[in-house]
Amino acid sequence: MPKFRLIRREENSTLVGLMTPILSIIMAFVLGWLVLDLAGFNPALVYRKMFSGSLGTYYAVSETIVKAIPLMLAGLAVSLAFKMKLWNIGAEGQIYMGAFAASGVAVAVGDGSPFLLIPLTMLAGFIAGAAWGFIPGMLRAYGQVNETIITLMLNYVAIYWVDYLVFGPWKDPKSMGFPLAPILPSGAQLPVLGDSRVHLGLIFALIIAVIIYILIQHTRWGYEVRVLGESQAAARYAGINVAKNIMLVMLISGGIAGIAGMIEVSGITHRLQQDLSPGYGYTAIIVAWLARLNPFAIILVAFLFGALIVGGYAIQIVGVSFAITQVFQGIVLFFLLAGELFIKYRIILIKEEAG
Amino acid sequence: MKLKKFTVLILVAMLLSVFVVGCGNDAKTDSEQPAEQSETLKVGWVYIGVPGDAGWTYSHDEGRKYMESQIPGVEPIVLENVPEGADAERSFEQLAQEGCQIIFGTSFGYGDAMAAVAAKYPDVKFMHASGLQTAENMSNYFGRIYQARYLSGMVAGAMTETNKIGYVGAYTIPEVVRGINAFTLGVQAVNPDAVVKVVKTNTWYDPTVEKQSAEALLADGCDVIAQHQDTPQPQIAAEEAGKYCVGYHSDMNQWAPESNLTSAIWNWGPYYTSTIQALMDGTWKSESYWGGIDQGIVDLAPISDKVPEDIVKQVEAKKESLMKGEWDVFTGPITAQDGTEKVAEGQVLTDAEMLSMDWFVQGVEGSIE
Repeated sequence: MPKFRLIRREENSTLVGLMTPILSIIMAFVLGWLVLDLAGFNPALVYRKMFSGSLGTYYAVSETIVKAIPLMLAGLAVSLAFKMKLWNIGAEGQIYMGAFAASGVAVAVGDGSPFLLIPLTMLAGFIAGAAWGFIPGMLRAYGQVNETIITLMLNYVAIYWVDYLVFGPWKDPKSMGFPLAPILPSGAQLPVLGDSRVHLGLIFALIIAVIIYILIQHTRWGYEVRVLGESQAAARYAGINVAKNIMLVMLISGGIAGIAGMIEVSGITHRLQQDLSPGYGYTAIIVAWLARLNPFAIILVAFLFGALIVGGYAIQIVGVSFAITQVFQGIVLFFLLAGELFIKYRIILIKEEAG
Repeated sequence: MKLKKFTVLILVAMLLSVFVVGCGNDAKTDSEQPAEQSETLKVGWVYIGVPGDAGWTYSHDEGRKYMESQIPGVEPIVLENVPEGADAERSFEQLAQEGCQIIFGTSFGYGDAMAAVAAKYPDVKFMHASGLQTAENMSNYFGRIYQARYLSGMVAGAMTETNKIGYVGAYTIPEVVRGINAFTLGVQAVNPDAVVKVVKTNTWYDPTVEKQSAEALLADGCDVIAQHQDTPQPQIAAEEAGKYCVGYHSDMNQWAPESNLTSAIWNWGPYYTSTIQALMDGTWKSESYWGGIDQGIVDLAPISDKVPEDIVKQVEAKKESLMKGEWDVFTGPITAQDGTEKVAEGQVLTDAEMLSMDWFVQGVEGSIE
């Protein structure tokens, strides 16, 4: 039996960093081909449909972007916290809080100019998401409370809070008792591109990516965040205010996720509703890591994830069941994440020693 | 050197697998080309869940299969597990682009998305289950399951010994409230002393929560379990406790053969068949359809032989009068939970009143809030 040993790579090679995900995807598709074939489908036809349904037509690309926008924003949100090794896995709840606040403000203000309503709802979404990030941030900064657990638990609070509103006080009287909040005034609905559903949220995501890049790479504060991410002790020794930065980063991180919730309400569903986010906040974690926390890479990876999800629904059209779709998406994810290992480590085959 | 060997090994394995799979597949490629030229009628379905739930989505999927057995040349395209948010609109649009001439969506929350796509595709018909909206090319459809609920309530009321019946409900929206009320009226028609204890789960589909809720009701002394949930888990809880239960959606007897007394069931097949036939005949028109037990869209599953003969006869007599339209469930006098008279002697609730029902009848224990 040959033995393997993992050796940490001394330097990060760009070639390996680029080739590994590409090879991972190719291998995932090879294995996926096998699975589809065993399940009795025509893999070539399925792959063709997956491509045409997610990237093959103008409409398909537009829908992939629609799916990618909340992933971009939520991915950017969590990447900021991850930079500082703060494990904000609460983007899902921050999305719901942002959606709740944006919807509440829009409905309360009512008819008005988009130039007033859109910034106002965006601010509301940011503040609510920021508050949802700030709570665990504060607990971590002053109480050393594990932010992973608090952010996770706050997700449920936010989701049930929205449920409560939709089933209770915010139920639209016109909905005959069904759980629907009122439709947002038209001034609060985001403008869309042509006859597609691609909305202004895409521009927000791109701008935020640029802002985060500049903040992290080119400001003193960004430097502090990066130092904190490497070593808290070193940061403290260098006179960096750790508590303040933890709270600030969690606040901004939550706020950006809040904007993701705001754009989903004002760009897509146009009303607060149950199941507004099918787990964008969790998928965003994978997006952020695969993009190695690089803001521009997050935009790209979110787009590819959008394609994977949209393509996954599209292949149901040729009869592939949801379960098989999930298996396929799982394979792709598995290979991508497993591939990460080869970026950090080299595999060495060692000869078995006698005795 | 050794690293190279390993790489070569992987590459060979990859190439080999492509080769093997590729070979095995050649024969299929031709036969599975999409039949774009043929004259089949494409019909789309968008499901909120997966047919394996044994509940709501299962009942629609059974209906689709029945329709296929009745009308040859229909090509169904099914999209499963489509959430109500951003994904719904794309799913309807993709089915329309795919050439579906009629598209069914089976969740209330699809309404806005479906209406938006319906406006874009005036030549495609859209059918919204449990919905409210209609348009020139969009109908909604539902069934008066409360009639079957009433009958299943009679069975439960006759079989309880503790006079406490547990009811696991999803949300207290009018659809569920109506079912609980109809069930309770049925219970009290045969057993005025029995009460129906309601537990609300806040979810349509959660096997664990559904089962735990039923277990809590059983621990509280309930000896018959009823449900408005998507999985058979409450039935299984009753079976494990050796108590009785009444199913919903589909005949759930297979899940609790000892305990299950009957089920209030959906039967979408004839409706799907007649709707698609109407489209083919050119007689389809936009409507709000709310069919009763007389139309077969809802029914009562076979009653267990544990239920005494005279009760079965009473249930059958009630079903008969429902079928003939002589009588309906919400006929006065009906007293609300708080003791006020909601429906006076001789009065019958209108469809609008039933569709927006937000009060419990007397005999229900539990809060609507």
